[in-house]
Amino acid sequence: MAVETEYTADLSGAMVLEPVPLADWLVVAPVAIPLVVGGILLVARRETRMHGWLAAGGLLATLVCTVLLLMRVLEQGIVVMTMGRWLPPFGISFVADPLGASFAVAGTLVAVVCAFYATSDIGTVGRRYGYYALLILMMAGVNGAFLTGDMFNLYVWFEVFLISSFGLLVMGSERRQLDGATKYAILNLIGTTFFLIATAYLYGIFGTLNMADVARKAGDLRDTAPLMTLTVLYLLAFAMKAAAFPVNFWLPASYHTPRIVTSALFGAVLTKVGIYGLLRTFGMLFPPELEILSVLIAWVAAATMILGIMGALAQTDIRRALGFVVISGIGIMLAGIAIGTPEGFAGTVFYALHSMIVLGALYLLAGVMNSLGGSYSLRDLGGLYAARPLIAAFALFLVLSIAGLPPASGLWPKVMLVQASLESGWSWLGFTILLTGFLTTVALGRVFILAIWRPLPENAEPIKAGMSPALGYGVLTALSLPMLIIGLYPDPVIGLAESAAGGLIDATTYIGTVFPEGAAQ
Amino acid sequence: MRTLIFRTIAPYLASLMVLFSIFVLLRGHNEPGGGFIAGLIAASAFAIYGIACGVSPVRRAIYFHPMTISGIGLLSAASAGLMSIFAGTPFLTGLWAPIDVLGVHVDLSSVLLFDVGVYLVVLGSLTSIALGLEEREERI
Repeated sequence: MAVETEYTADLSGAMVLEPVPLADWLVVAPVAIPLVVGGILLVARRETRMHGWLAAGGLLATLVCTVLLLMRVLEQGIVVMTMGRWLPPFGISFVADPLGASFAVAGTLVAVVCAFYATSDIGTVGRRYGYYALLILMMAGVNGAFLTGDMFNLYVWFEVFLISSFGLLVMGSERRQLDGATKYAILNLIGTTFFLIATAYLYGIFGTLNMADVARKAGDLRDTAPLMTLTVLYLLAFAMKAAAFPVNFWLPASYHTPRIVTSALFGAVLTKVGIYGLLRTFGMLFPPELEILSVLIAWVAAATMILGIMGALAQTDIRRALGFVVISGIGIMLAGIAIGTPEGFAGTVFYALHSMIVLGALYLLAGVMNSLGGSYSLRDLGGLYAARPLIAAFALFLVLSIAGLPPASGLWPKVMLVQASLESGWSWLGFTILLTGFLTTVALGRVFILAIWRPLPENAEPIKAGMSPALGYGVLTALSLPMLIIGLYPDPVIGLAESAAGGLIDATTYIGTVFPEGAAQ
Repeated sequence: MRTLIFRTIAPYLASLMVLFSIFVLLRGHNEPGGGFIAGLIAASAFAIYGIACGVSPVRRAIYFHPMTISGIGLLSAASAGLMSIFAGTPFLTGLWAPIDVLGVHVDLSSVLLFDVGVYLVVLGSLTSIALGLEEREERI
């Protein structure tokens, strides 16, 4: 069989023959480590006591790998590894560029913090049903989506994290959880079906699924191929996953039902995968189509921003309010995509990185407040400022951060987006972003005043001891510290976002790294 | 469903199907077949056995919990990919180790290990779902 065959063919045209340096494995590690740890968690399903630490340790190792990967990408440029030695486009490439690597870092950071928080939030029964296995396999899917360089493979990773997220949503099997999970599952499955149909079209048109190959060939086919149909399908699929305005109804219906740590992870990471998909397809593969669709995307963005934050104003449950804040943030990121200039994309990338961290922190803060006040409802909470001033300080910082006020990281991406929109003639979009910022301040300021500033209502339960303060303050610090550092010293992240946006708009480096000269055409 | 005929024939049918699934798994390297379809066949064997004779005999027969089988499968598939670290080749490259067993030439490969992993993942997860559904039915 294969080994005995005398190789007479020249393999250099079909396979990668030079040895792969160990450092290149960093591209695969953010997916491989969670997969292996997930397998171990499934096998050791009875050892529930070590689950939390195993998952947190595995995610911590993943975080270290993603940070090393990002550093390598920034130092030496894009890192590529093509599976099974086959040359692209036949082998599936994993490509780490500044965009994918930085998203992987932020997503994994939130996941690590959530895994630590979950050690107090998820009981033995949840662990027995595989909470941590689902959590870490979901992160394998998310990192895979950020790092893959192949359209169909992106679809596969979407499915991996979606199926894990279904499992996480129904954990507990309460009636309202099943209700939320049904809406979430059906609407997301419709979205991924559109994604699959679009990918089939893509293959039909280009005869390839490799993103670099598509980007390389798109220019020649523009006159003959139905690229508008294709891009509209991708827009619908990714907008559905990102929860943009007309197709966002699954999010408020489901995100408040699971355990708070699950909500934190979903609200922080999952919708950003949709934004990542939009950035990748429209920024890199089909920029001329984006220009045609930009007015549509701009209206969608404005509606998502304003209606999202109006929803948050009307809620009395903190978790529901945060679900709407997630949606309005998606609108702000879509605005940058609609603007379509390098500055707009850079603003979107920066805002996405910031938004992952701040939304994770806000949901976990809601969890801490619930453990102290015994409720998520604004009617029952109160008196936290008197009882726990440090929690109030964290809350104030996070509210300022999500509203885009100094000193936290939310200020800079909004500055970039408003500046980009004014420079390219989208002044009404810039105004909408500012208005959304103002309404966010009102919506979350209301939460802050009612739940924290106001004295404890007379009929409410007294403040409880709550969860372990070390853990509560620990997780909030772990997420707030990066925000504070970025807020005070934003230059490195602005540079990172600009290089990520530049790599999208001018894809020649990306294409050149996946297809080095001399490789098969 | 639990007629005498079905209960008598189900164990034989199930064991035949498991045997056939292993045949399909091994055949899959060069011809139609492979881990996924073989896993489906094996899982339907356990499902049939469960419908005929009840869920607890199936759980006793497969000894491990189905999700544990899935986990072992995931680990073997992942380790098949990770072996390429030592060969200096990209992730998931097929590695071969020819050996002679009693004069018969056998090609062991990481490709086979990966396929066995897929087989176990599909077998474990689908058996878990099937047994879960059948258990629910018994309770009603």
